[in-house]
Amino acid sequence: MTAPAIETAGLVKTFGDNRAVDGVDLTVPTGTVYGLLGPNGAGKTTVVRMLATLLRPDGGTARVFGHDVVREADAVRSRVSLTGQYASVDEDLTGTENLVLLARLLGHSRAQSRDRSAQLLTAFGLTEAADRQVKKYSGGMRRRIDIAASILNTPDLLFLDEPTTGLDPRSRNQVWDIVRIVVAAGTTVLLTTQYLDEADQLAGRIAVIDHGRVIAEGTPGELKSSIGAGTVHVRLRDAARRPEAERLLASVLGTTVQQGSDPVALTARADAGGSDQGAAELAARALARLAEAGIVVDDFSLGQPSLDEVFLALTDRPAPQEVPA
Amino acid sequence: MSTDTAESVTAYAPSRDTLGAVLARADRPKRPSALSASLTFGWRAVLKIKHVPEQLFDVTAFPIIMTLMFTYLFGGALAGSTGEYLQFFLPGIMVTSVVMITMYTGVGLNTDIEKGVFDRFRTLPVWRPAALVGMIFGDVLRYILAATTIMVVGLILGFRPEGGFPGVVGGIALLVVFSFAFSWIWTMFGLFLRSEKSVMGVSMLVLFPLTFLSNVFVEPSTMPGWLQAFVEVNPVTHLVSAIRSIMAGRPDMAEMTWTLVASAVLVLVFGSLTMRLYNRK
Repeated sequence: MTAPAIETAGLVKTFGDNRAVDGVDLTVPTGTVYGLLGPNGAGKTTVVRMLATLLRPDGGTARVFGHDVVREADAVRSRVSLTGQYASVDEDLTGTENLVLLARLLGHSRAQSRDRSAQLLTAFGLTEAADRQVKKYSGGMRRRIDIAASILNTPDLLFLDEPTTGLDPRSRNQVWDIVRIVVAAGTTVLLTTQYLDEADQLAGRIAVIDHGRVIAEGTPGELKSSIGAGTVHVRLRDAARRPEAERLLASVLGTTVQQGSDPVALTARADAGGSDQGAAELAARALARLAEAGIVVDDFSLGQPSLDEVFLALTDRPAPQEVPA
Repeated sequence: MSTDTAESVTAYAPSRDTLGAVLARADRPKRPSALSASLTFGWRAVLKIKHVPEQLFDVTAFPIIMTLMFTYLFGGALAGSTGEYLQFFLPGIMVTSVVMITMYTGVGLNTDIEKGVFDRFRTLPVWRPAALVGMIFGDVLRYILAATTIMVVGLILGFRPEGGFPGVVGGIALLVVFSFAFSWIWTMFGLFLRSEKSVMGVSMLVLFPLTFLSNVFVEPSTMPGWLQAFVEVNPVTHLVSAIRSIMAGRPDMAEMTWTLVASAVLVLVFGSLTMRLYNRK
């Protein structure tokens, strides 16, 4: 039997009094995308840094392809690559210089390094920017050069720490496409994210992390069925009709309806036992009832639960507010 | 953002073919040797100088100012004339300037390590100290530049070393060896202290007594006994004596040995402390 890509047991990391990672057990099979989902400060990055041999665990064990991350750190390093939350390339250097530098450090000859860099820059659409300093790149290009640097020697395990935070939607889709191609080529990906839809789009399995602990684990489908498939967002034309609309929605959807701070907004979970189809039917019925009652709706949408709603469902409290770094 | 940046974002769509080809698994090349990895990191330092040449201001303007200032400030009072003083003083001010410049190693590392790129270096399967050794290799180029600048200024002002060209080169070489070793103190502080400012603060606290309480500016025989005792064990004193002797064409083996042993001890002690911090960071 081959070892899983990642296997941790009771992993702990403390910073002073703060138990940033507090007993995490994970098993990540090879050849898949595994999502670590959680708010800022949940401990996702700390888990990744321990697995990437950057931090020494204070307790528990972690193995990458069967190698202990502390005792066999070099064996781990030869098989993994890290794309950190902040650019893990040298911003003063050009795209080509960064890639050639890393290729040389991985043992390629000068000529091989130049060839490999040119090949990667083409594959990542950065040929024109090859001789520009990375600090002059846009956010999306920076992410791409970062991922290109991570796959110089096609790694067996790639850590992507919040790869799309701060990116515009187009760049985010590009990163998603890249991740799909990387996984199809046989690399296992450990992805951390604050966005449920990102984990849903890419990951085969997801672990939800809060306060350094895994509070839920499973396939996206399993998680969604545990927290409700969707959320209905409604905006009314007339704020005076809101109490009436709220009663109608509550009776159709069978859940409590929340009033937004916006006086015309209402939000409710469309919980149909985890089935997307059921959620859509419920939402359609709710919209029909509002129309029958003559309530004008300006905006009506059925969306995935946000991370906030996932948290509400899993912990009965909202996700912690983002702390400015 | 410039328009060409926007265009390339629009134009790019990851292709399964080109990207897939890049991802094809090939035999991994052999891991580079410790020296080759260190030199590659040294190349990074040279590239950074190429992109930000202003950073050479520290190693050219500062030494020139130090040399002119102290020569004309103390020369008349201490040796009767600036020309006389320069014969005694130039090797010393060269040591003072270059040893002071070594602190930028710590400042540079401290700013560098805050950025994500060091995370990548630390996850590479290369000889662990290579990133730091390479960084100091880059700094050694700066030390050579600073020492050469001072020597040129000195020669213009009237410094005439009896050891001739070989003496000057030998003296600078010994200074560079010592400065390389001394830099490991700053890599330690650069990793240990939280901000660039605190690295600067500690550097000054160490460097001022070390360079001024030595034989650089005046003969130690004019100092009170307790101060002479400190000057006598100060490695900068021995380095300056060694360099003076080499540049005068009469190399003092005892002082040279003292300096080389001190350099080895510095690398051993502060190099291993640095690596401990680097691995734990």
